[in-house]
Amino acid sequence: MTYQFPTDFDPSELKINSKSPRTLFGFIMNGITFLFIGIAVVPLFAIVSYLLFKGIGSLSPSVFTELPPPPLVPGGGFGNAIVGTFIMVGIALCISVPIGVMTAIYLSEFSKGQLPEIVRFATNVLNGVPSVIVGVFAFAAFVLTTGTYSAWAGGFALSVVIMPIIISTSYEALKLVPKEVRDASIGIGANDYQTVLQVVLPAAIPPILTGITLATARAAGETAPLLFTALFSQFWPNFDTKLMEPTASLAVLVYNFAIVPFANQNNLSWAAAFVIVMLVLIANIIARVVTAKRQY
Amino acid sequence: MTGKTIDSYGKPIEPRASSERIFDNSFKIAAKAFAIAICLLIIWIIFQVFSQAIPAIKEFGLGFISNTPWDPIRDVFGLWPSIFGTLVSSALALLIAVPIGIGVAIFLSEDYIPSGIQRVFVFLVELLAAIPSVVYGLWGLFVLVPFLKPVGVTRPSMLPAALILSIMILPMISAISRDALSNVSKDMRQAAIGLGATRWETILQVVIPAASSGIIGGIMLALGRALGETMAIVMLIGNSNQVSTSLLQPATTISALIANQFAEAQGLQVSALMYAAFVLAVITLIVNILAQIVVKQLQKI
Repeated sequence: MTYQFPTDFDPSELKINSKSPRTLFGFIMNGITFLFIGIAVVPLFAIVSYLLFKGIGSLSPSVFTELPPPPLVPGGGFGNAIVGTFIMVGIALCISVPIGVMTAIYLSEFSKGQLPEIVRFATNVLNGVPSVIVGVFAFAAFVLTTGTYSAWAGGFALSVVIMPIIISTSYEALKLVPKEVRDASIGIGANDYQTVLQVVLPAAIPPILTGITLATARAAGETAPLLFTALFSQFWPNFDTKLMEPTASLAVLVYNFAIVPFANQNNLSWAAAFVIVMLVLIANIIARVVTAKRQY
Repeated sequence: MTGKTIDSYGKPIEPRASSERIFDNSFKIAAKAFAIAICLLIIWIIFQVFSQAIPAIKEFGLGFISNTPWDPIRDVFGLWPSIFGTLVSSALALLIAVPIGIGVAIFLSEDYIPSGIQRVFVFLVELLAAIPSVVYGLWGLFVLVPFLKPVGVTRPSMLPAALILSIMILPMISAISRDALSNVSKDMRQAAIGLGATRWETILQVVIPAASSGIIGGIMLALGRALGETMAIVMLIGNSNQVSTSLLQPATTISALIANQFAEAQGLQVSALMYAAFVLAVITLIVNILAQIVVKQLQKI
């Protein structure tokens, strides 16, 4: 039997016809896509290069140790804002890490019935609450109750902002631990809490720490919640008043010093923005490196 | 039989010590309590903002939303210019960021470039999302506004605010759209190519329709972000309580109004700002909940 080649078949039809409208359409769309990625990357480079240029230009050892200058006075720094940011981010982590990790443990280990679904939903909704709403909420709940702006109120507001990040990253981290590990733990006679605290949680620590690092970077750059809770201060945080007074932070300093018409203040604003962005960059790189290595 | 279970070492198996059981149970209850606290936190936020807003709600009622003046001296407050500014700035930002964001997502989910370089781009997009909004505001104020001088921008106004907003929501749209696009099964792409479709026919007629609910969910989450964005807007929009059709005029948004006025506000003005915050919270909650539902639908497919 011989194979009959179709008589109406023209092999040249199989070649890409570069003049056909379908091919041309593809070329045009490729071009548009490349154009769009160019447009998207330009602002990133513009922002980072400007931060490097203006930020490093304004940095000097004294900006880390001195107090913010009054208008028209040269020099000065934002040492108090760095300390204030550390204090408030620390307070925020102390509140949201235990609550967030425990919630994640509940969601991944003990979830039963309808409640986990509701909690996951609530976490996503909380993630979408604008930070300005968190700010006025913390003002009403904390500042009005205690009668003063304080680092505690600022830390509390930041903890609400980063809570959903901690919950979702910890939840993802716990989910990465295989079920066999839990079965093995229960098989050798461990309780549920022993399984969670001594087997599952230690295995999930690196990605949880990653989430905490990202949350720290986020908290360090949050401004709106602090405007209503910690305000700003020209002075060092005062531990004698148990931090119950307005407290400076880097993020609010960037805002306050950007909108005034004084060049020295503007430069300090760039320097503080540079410090925050470096913090964000380092946190993201750490997160990349840690999540690249998986235990299981 | 002695009635006791004997293990292979010949020792009787004891029930767990009661102290251990109590600890085990209380650990579970603690975990559950924290989880419930997260749900209560949202209710607490709404309740606190609402209760502070009550004096203004009593004074202005629903007319607050449609009234124009914002006059702290005569204690007359209306939110319409802010709502208008919020909607216009968010719509403009979406108009710019959606096509570009989806373009970036297609670029990063197709095989245009080696996967190593692709990961670098994904990292850059993530980094763009992590830069705090006050830094965007600073950059916008000192770089973007002077840069836009040739098109008539001489001061902070609607155009730079909408542009910075579009830059800020772009990473969100492209990240979520990219996830949705790369989740479309390889079989469907191969089937389309096997039928003789070109790359772009595959993308436009097979991949994007299959990923559409994820993309729409991402756009809605970005809308929620744009509606509530504060710091960059308050620095770039000019904070003027007026309704103007010109993009070169200063305007305001609900969040910018709150951030700009709260520090100096007293009495009824504080309550009016809380009422504004409550309106914003309700709008963003609705947008976010709808987005959640759309994304849920995606996961079912």
